Amino acid sequence: MSTEKLFQIRFLAKAERLSLVRVLVKEMAESVGCCVELSEKLVIAVNEACMNIIQHAYKGDESGEIVFEMLNNEKELHFRLVDYACPIDLNSVKPRDLNDIRPGGLGTHFITEIMDEHSMGHLNEGEGNYLNMKKKIN
Amino acid sequence: MKINIQQEDNYTNIGFDGAVDLSSSSDARKNIIEILEQNKNILIDLSLVNYIDSSGVASLVEGYQIAKKLSLKFGLVGISDAAMGVLKLARLDQVFPIYNSKEEYEKDCA
Repeated sequence: MSTEKLFQIRFLAKAERLSLVRVLVKEMAESVGCCVELSEKLVIAVNEACMNIIQHAYKGDESGEIVFEMLNNEKELHFRLVDYACPIDLNSVKPRDLNDIRPGGLGTHFITEIMDEHSMGHLNEGEGNYLNMKKKIN
Repeated sequence: MKINIQQEDNYTNIGFDGAVDLSSSSDARKNIIEILEQNKNILIDLSLVNYIDSSGVASLVEGYQIAKKLSLKFGLVGISDAAMGVLKLARLDQVFPIYNSKEEYEKDCA
């Protein structure tokens, strides 16, 4: 089974950049056959993943960079996000109890609900983190 | 995102138009809190919201909690499909007071 890299982009960790990321994910997901409903859900998960990097990895440092790529192996879409911030505490990233009604903490829940699989870790070369997410499309 | 605010007899109607996301949710939050700090009931119109992320949802949750604390009436109306999808994912559609119309909220406020 061949894997096609649909695109790779590198952008600054700025909130204003996320509207472009959302458009790219939606258009690309629909172009490989995802229905509108699934495409919109994928947009939510990717947007939240980027927000987590901006807010928690770079802590608002807008000079930080995010590399995002989207791949298609015909059965699944793969999303890979890489940042070059200090390694985050992986144990601190978990979905919160939804019965605990409070502002914040929903991003990881959205990713868990929408994606079939996700994994995160530190880059080998030193500083930085990655997040891989997968979603079946057929 | 544009914000439209309308003063009514016994409440303030605030509507968001566009994306309530990381770049705009602090404005949404500030306006919601300002209304509540003036001791006014609040109705939030989400009919023109084409995207809302978890930071936008957090602004709504904060407003809801402040209103509860101050015994003010908090409501959402005209929720767009895009916004409802996110509220459902967060299971908040079962938490927020959601009204079918402005009139229904007004009756509840009276």
